[in-house]
Amino acid sequence: MVHLCDVSIGMEGYLSKYVLTLYVTGTSPRTRIAIENLNRICKEDLIGKYELEIVDVLEHPQRAEDERILATPTLIKQLPPPLRRVIGDLSDKDKVLLGLEVRPSSSSSSPNASSEAP
Amino acid sequence: MKKTARPPATKSAARASKTDHPAVEKLRTGISSLDIIAKGGLPKNRTTLISGTAGSGKTVFAVHFLAAGIALGEPGVFVTFEESADDVRKNMHSFGWDLAAMEEEGKLAFVDASPDPDVETVEAGGFDLGALLARVQNAVKKVKAKRVSVDSLGAVFSQFSDQAMVRGELFRIASALKGMGVTAVLTAERTDDHGPVARFGVEEFIADNVMILRNALERETRRRTIEILKFRGCDHQKGEFPFTIVPRGGVIVIPLSAMQLSMKSSNVRISSGNAELDEMCGGGLFRDSVTLVSGATGTGKTLTVGQFLQGGAAAGEKCLLLAFEESRDQLIRNATGWGFDFERMERDGRLRIVCDYPDLSGLEDWLVTIQQTITDFGPQRVALDSLSALENVGTLKSFREFVIGLTSFIKHHEITGMFTATTGSLMGGDSITESNISTLTDSIILLRYVEMFGEMKRGLTVLKMRGSAHDKAIREFTIGQGGMQMGRPFKNVTGIIAGAPMHVSPSDVERAWTQFDTDVGDRRRRAEDRAQS
Repeated sequence: MVHLCDVSIGMEGYLSKYVLTLYVTGTSPRTRIAIENLNRICKEDLIGKYELEIVDVLEHPQRAEDERILATPTLIKQLPPPLRRVIGDLSDKDKVLLGLEVRPSSSSSSPNASSEAP
Repeated sequence: MKKTARPPATKSAARASKTDHPAVEKLRTGISSLDIIAKGGLPKNRTTLISGTAGSGKTVFAVHFLAAGIALGEPGVFVTFEESADDVRKNMHSFGWDLAAMEEEGKLAFVDASPDPDVETVEAGGFDLGALLARVQNAVKKVKAKRVSVDSLGAVFSQFSDQAMVRGELFRIASALKGMGVTAVLTAERTDDHGPVARFGVEEFIADNVMILRNALERETRRRTIEILKFRGCDHQKGEFPFTIVPRGGVIVIPLSAMQLSMKSSNVRISSGNAELDEMCGGGLFRDSVTLVSGATGTGKTLTVGQFLQGGAAAGEKCLLLAFEESRDQLIRNATGWGFDFERMERDGRLRIVCDYPDLSGLEDWLVTIQQTITDFGPQRVALDSLSALENVGTLKSFREFVIGLTSFIKHHEITGMFTATTGSLMGGDSITESNISTLTDSIILLRYVEMFGEMKRGLTVLKMRGSAHDKAIREFTIGQGGMQMGRPFKNVTGIIAGAPMHVSPSDVERAWTQFDTDVGDRRRRAEDRAQS
């Protein structure tokens, strides 16, 4: 399990914090691609407001069982609700953001985005 | 150098091991009679595809396979893609399988891969089913599973858009299952009972063996059959075998061909309950024989059965009566009229009466129910009144299978059986029942109405008695207190069996006898003797 935290503490930040878990199988090329893609997306669009855990299902099959994961890689967004799943190597950034219900950073300062925060 | 140095013995041994390659080992499933048609069980450490239309019993089969294994001390893993684990636990309760308890004992593990409707899933890029495989491996390791059921493959395809990926991953999982040393059953849907093996056209290539469950609609009734289509590298019985799914029993296959082979035969005679009838049969019925009593309505079939039961009870035997035509009260009342106290016989534990509507369940179910009743009660005599009532419950084929199944079961348990069949017409004629099952029974007793000078008389003849001499005469009988009273043979009447009795003058009879010039005197004397008696 790998924990990657990049959270700017503060009440406001906590509320809008993204808690993500990425389930992967071993160290396959697909795993590597998925991690790279996710890191890039986090840096570009979720900077300062996400918490990411990477779980290798070969080492922790029970975690996969509990979460009922079938496919790898699978990205799960636990918070903020609702729970969302994105499967695949995350190479399609637009779909990942759509799946996580994250607006691209370019529009994050728009009034629409801020109205969603509280 | 090395080649020449090698002793010849090892060389021949190596060759021998190549030719004497051990046959594929079979795993006894523990599912009643499936092992018979599979000639020992499913091929061990291999995958078997169970394909069938919706409602053909795939899930029940898959769970039964595991439950039967757990009963034999082989833990199992159930991978469900369709129903949630909770639903499976709930649904299987009615079959008497407490899956939750098995899980608690560490004998069963679920891998719940059913779709979660609450979680929205987006596909973004390439993926595989590595997590699923890891979970299956984990579950197999956890309970030390020997058996795995996957239900169903088709549902995996519907969960993901990339069919080619799913196909490849299923291949990978199937081969991984083999590596885990488990015997696996995979289910798959098909759209048609007689079309392609499975919906996605690839399922059958994933597994080594293919079995097909059918649930065909024939004449408004459902008929379940199971067929082993292929067993790679080992033998099995061919063709479709009827099966049924019963509460507290699960899948029960009816292996007809296997049953007939193991019949026994004895020379012990038992009483039919009527001394005169015994005499006509050459000294009584054979211990493990099945007698068919055929006649029009009211000719005395139920009476013959009553006598048979009374005779059994009198000899200290246990008797089972399966009545499909009359209610219990009616039967008991009628029996009292003949002087048989059925209620007392029941109290003494000599008789059990089972009354039911024939349409209550399918013929396969009836067969299983009857077999269970026989096993529970352990009777020496079984009477069924009447087969004709069951005739219309299913198709002709089902009916034949039912009779074959029941006859062989009865004989196998050295039970004496008596079935009745109702003929359609009052005078003579035969019934569908009779023409279809007469070859399956050992003895046939015909009961007929004989019209004589404005009066209906009853006649009885022993038409067939396998392995024994018997009276060839058609005798008159009357029914009264005490049952059946045998009278004289019908003289001067011909055409009784054909249903058109004709009176002939004694001189004609005389002439008929003398037409055969051998032993004329003998025959005449015998005929006279009979008339006098």
